[in-house]
Amino acid sequence: MTRLARGGLVDRSVTLSFSFDGRPMEGHPGDTLASALLANGVRVVGHSVGFGRPRGVFSAGPEEPNALIRVGADPMLAATTVELYDGLEAWSLRGKGRVDLDAHDDRRCDKGYLHCDVLVVGGGPAGLAAALGAGAAGARVILVDDQPRLGGDLLNSRVRLDGAPALDWVALVRARLRSMADVRVFSRTTAIGYYDHNYVVAVERRPRGERLWHLRAGRVVLATGAHERSLAFPGNDRPGVMLASAARTYANRYGVRPGRRAVVFACADSGYEAARDLLAAGVEIAAVVDPRPRGLALDGVEVLAGQVVTGTTADAGGLLTGVLAGDRSFEADLLAVAGGWNPAVHLFSQSQGRTGFDEDLQAFVPRASAQGERSAGACAGRYGTPEAIEDGYTAGHQAATPMSEGGGSRVPESEGDSSRVPEGGFHVPVSDEPAPRPPAALWLVEQGSGDHSFADLHRDVTVADLARAAGTGMRSVEHVKRYTTAGTGADQGKTSGAVVVGVMSALLGAAPGQVGTTTYRPPYTPVSFATLAGRDRGTLSDPVRTTAPHASHVARGAVFEDVGQWKRPRYFPREGETMEQAVLRECHAARTAVAAMDASTLGKIDIRGADAGEFLDRIYTNMYSTLRVGSCRYGVMCTADGMVFDDGTTARLADDHYLMTTTTGNAAPVLDWLEEWRQTEWPDLDVSFTSVTDHWATVAVAGPHAREIIQVVAPGALDLAFMTYAGTDVLGVPGRVFRISFSGELAYEVNVPWWYGRSLWDTVLDLGAVPYGTETMHVLRAEKGFAIVGQETDGTVTPQDLGMSWLVSKRKPDFVGKRSHTRPDTARADRKHLVGLLTDDPAAFVEEGAQLVLRMYVGGDAPVPMLGHVTSSYPSAALGRSFSLAMARDVAVGDRLVAVSGETSVPVTVVEPVFYDPGNTRRDGRQAMPAFSGVMGECRRRSPAEAYAARFAAAGSERVRLREVPFERMWEVRGSDPGTGLRLGPDWWLVTGDVQAGESWVDVSGQRTVLELTGPGALDILITGCPIDLHPSVFPGHAQTLLGKTTVLLEKIPDGYRIYVRSSFASYVSEWLLSATEG
Amino acid sequence: MMLIECPHCGPRDENEFRYGGQAGVSYRPEDTSDEEWAGYVFLRDNPKGWFHERWFHVHGCRTWFSVERHTLTHEIRKAP
Ligand SMILES: [Zn+2]
Repeated sequence: MTRLARGGLVDRSVTLSFSFDGRPMEGHPGDTLASALLANGVRVVGHSVGFGRPRGVFSAGPEEPNALIRVGADPMLAATTVELYDGLEAWSLRGKGRVDLDAHDDRRCDKGYLHCDVLVVGGGPAGLAAALGAGAAGARVILVDDQPRLGGDLLNSRVRLDGAPALDWVALVRARLRSMADVRVFSRTTAIGYYDHNYVVAVERRPRGERLWHLRAGRVVLATGAHERSLAFPGNDRPGVMLASAARTYANRYGVRPGRRAVVFACADSGYEAARDLLAAGVEIAAVVDPRPRGLALDGVEVLAGQVVTGTTADAGGLLTGVLAGDRSFEADLLAVAGGWNPAVHLFSQSQGRTGFDEDLQAFVPRASAQGERSAGACAGRYGTPEAIEDGYTAGHQAATPMSEGGGSRVPESEGDSSRVPEGGFHVPVSDEPAPRPPAALWLVEQGSGDHSFADLHRDVTVADLARAAGTGMRSVEHVKRYTTAGTGADQGKTSGAVVVGVMSALLGAAPGQVGTTTYRPPYTPVSFATLAGRDRGTLSDPVRTTAPHASHVARGAVFEDVGQWKRPRYFPREGETMEQAVLRECHAARTAVAAMDASTLGKIDIRGADAGEFLDRIYTNMYSTLRVGSCRYGVMCTADGMVFDDGTTARLADDHYLMTTTTGNAAPVLDWLEEWRQTEWPDLDVSFTSVTDHWATVAVAGPHAREIIQVVAPGALDLAFMTYAGTDVLGVPGRVFRISFSGELAYEVNVPWWYGRSLWDTVLDLGAVPYGTETMHVLRAEKGFAIVGQETDGTVTPQDLGMSWLVSKRKPDFVGKRSHTRPDTARADRKHLVGLLTDDPAAFVEEGAQLVLRMYVGGDAPVPMLGHVTSSYPSAALGRSFSLAMARDVAVGDRLVAVSGETSVPVTVVEPVFYDPGNTRRDGRQAMPAFSGVMGECRRRSPAEAYAARFAAAGSERVRLREVPFERMWEVRGSDPGTGLRLGPDWWLVTGDVQAGESWVDVSGQRTVLELTGPGALDILITGCPIDLHPSVFPGHAQTLLGKTTVLLEKIPDGYRIYVRSSFASYVSEWLLSATEG
Repeated sequence: MMLIECPHCGPRDENEFRYGGQAGVSYRPEDTSDEEWAGYVFLRDNPKGWFHERWFHVHGCRTWFSVERHTLTHEIRKAP
């Protein structure tokens, strides 16, 4: 054992058991896995990725290139960053990890969003002082630090401040920070990325799983310290070769003696500090080798000034046994290398700040900031504890009181203003550190072939490799990085970057500043995918939208398909049925009796205003201003390039009131589209749009016997003519019935407010309608030759291509897309157009996506002219055979083609694209009806969150309570201020409750479900998914924003928040909230 | 993640918005040559530097607005 009897920050009164490669070992709280391994005498922690050379612990921090181990489900971690815990099982690696797919990972990762005036990264002397300076000025401050306890390098040193241990000063500052209400300190939290507009992402390591913090700061103070560097010399990778700062850290902080007898390679004065600390820990120092002309005196230790380490010796196992310095040889099991310091400019560079090479420090330092950021202390090249403290305090204070106004988040600090004396009477302590001399400008000891002089320990890149790269003519470090892989390992070049630059500069005879660095990219340390995913896994990985009858579909055994975020029943198999059997049966029911489909997912947009008709005329290709009140019309809308964008039926409910339906997938894009044209091109038009997609549940009832259902559920709609509409009671509830058909059969689309949707659906099925899904819907429409946007169209298809010239108005002066229909490309004759296809063999079947070619080319040489492709293909119950739709050019009815898909070629013949009832004789269905003798179903109002009531109650605690707010009427109001309700936009309000509705208010009572989150922990839950600043001093009381992955309206109430969520997202948000309450 | 100032809601994260491309490109279908029309439909500026562009606050107040953004630094300032 090499644990010292006393000293350090480990708790020797508690013993933790762990294992390494199956060997039982012991350590203490306060240990890292690396310090515990060293304390147990483990010198070889793994083997290198390329050469399989034995490697030992090299550093004491996140820059570790050697000590990479597997812990449980984590395939590769740096042992220097893993806090020891009881029962830890670690396994050595050869350079790279391997994901164990069977490993059980029960971590519960999460994320969180926080905002602050000043973010301080780093809890060392500069960062602590910065937080103090900013906090004292009254700013909202967040400090993140990657260590379990604050102090930074003071944890690793024996520096005294004002004559007392430095950690006394740390404790004092920590106490002051704790007393500040708006200062939050996150330990064990590594800032991994610095993005635009002062957006910093940090990973907090919690025992139950990491939390990914998204931090938005007004100003950022980087106090990330510096990394010691090594240099390239033969045998610099032996177990026993270690950074001098690491050797000192193991002795001072962990009470571990990293070797018995050491040589210190002191290119910088920090080597002497390490030598003193090692001596104090009982390590014999054989010699200090200092390349600079003059060494420093060190009690009883031989100092070889003007000398370099020229090699190492090892035993049969590769362990360090000796150090060579010219003609001298020293027995040693530890070589502590102090190569100089590199300011940790990683985050600064990620923020797009520009670095420059400092000749005094022989290192790259921050020069020009690109954002509202300032580096302080060692990361700015300002070494020395009092200097860092003073610099940090000034930086924090300035960040809290920015002098320049109106610059947003990207006001660069002027350079060189750090010499100001900190304000506010802050006392900068005095330290006992000697002032450091400039380090040696040494990166490479040229000795031997360079085959065993390592530049990148993790990637096994040697000086010889770099020389080969230079020899091929490479001059850019970016090229060298890609050629040699130096800097691409787990430590991302933290220990190798400077060495590579230095060696390249020596090889090329150029100054390091001219060679430059490679780009620093996030993440600063490796981040697991589990951390990035957080709780967005499994059912929460993407919002699932469900319709009102969803539970009924599930109970009926529906097979679902994803349409956008919706779950739609694809078909309803009966016992033992295949999909084809089920679909044929469903189609048969719709063609011969009556069938029903849940069509609630169709987009529904309430359009109002004196200019609503004019607006629709400009958006659709056909006329709407002339549509009679009470009538419906099918329409197609195009984008400006003339291509079909969406289609659907729009009804005129009153002179100034229309209801538009869109395809399921395009509901949101179409609403955005309408808003874009109104706001940006035609602001003078009096028209407004309100989504009512989640307010109305829709059941399509189709088939010759459809009237038998309608006479029960909506008797007021019984006499509707084709393409007309009636506002009428549905099961006793005010509803809407449209007589429109997407199948060619007699059909109705019956609408009730969302909360009654399940009752309507269940009643329709109880009355004998056969449920059908999207697959049957597709077959029925294809038999009639109706195109589906997104199936027959792909953004390159005009209405004319679909054979819909009849739908394109010649009389209107304009509509969006019209001008493009006369462009030469859209007007040419040889465009692909919609055709029908029948296989020569009725039993044959053509795959969707099959390519159409002329028969003469089959078996011939390529290239073969491609005439088009099959867009839809189904077996048909009505036709007793298969049939297809296709988009093809230069073909006419009667042409005989081949449909080629993979290895199969199916002979087909071109036909008209209407396969069933071309004369439209079926759409009026069966007139004669049997007398109704059944019982009308109960129409019950069910909340979309009804099923969650018990789980909400069970999830309640002293911290947080969850419930659904009972049903209330809701309206959306556009235009003028109703004088009540929540303002959602410049001329948009939501009014809730028992009020007298205005005439133009849109009833959206079913559109949203209101959940209530209360209790002292409510805010902590919301910040795990809501990106806006919810701080009471900032949050305006209500806001539309994101929660998890969906839009919500958030309203502050006395004890918490109300969350208004679209009804189809109610399940998703309920699950999300329940998962959040699990902590 | 850029921070974009919505004129109605204030500063919000970029992912609350939908990008609307170049601002100030008006819809003028009448009396345009095929070439001019193709310019409206297909061609947009793509400068390195300040760019006048549109954003739509799709997850908030649903307002379209314009800002100037520097395409190299992502600095955002109010459109003149
Ligand atoms: Zn807004």
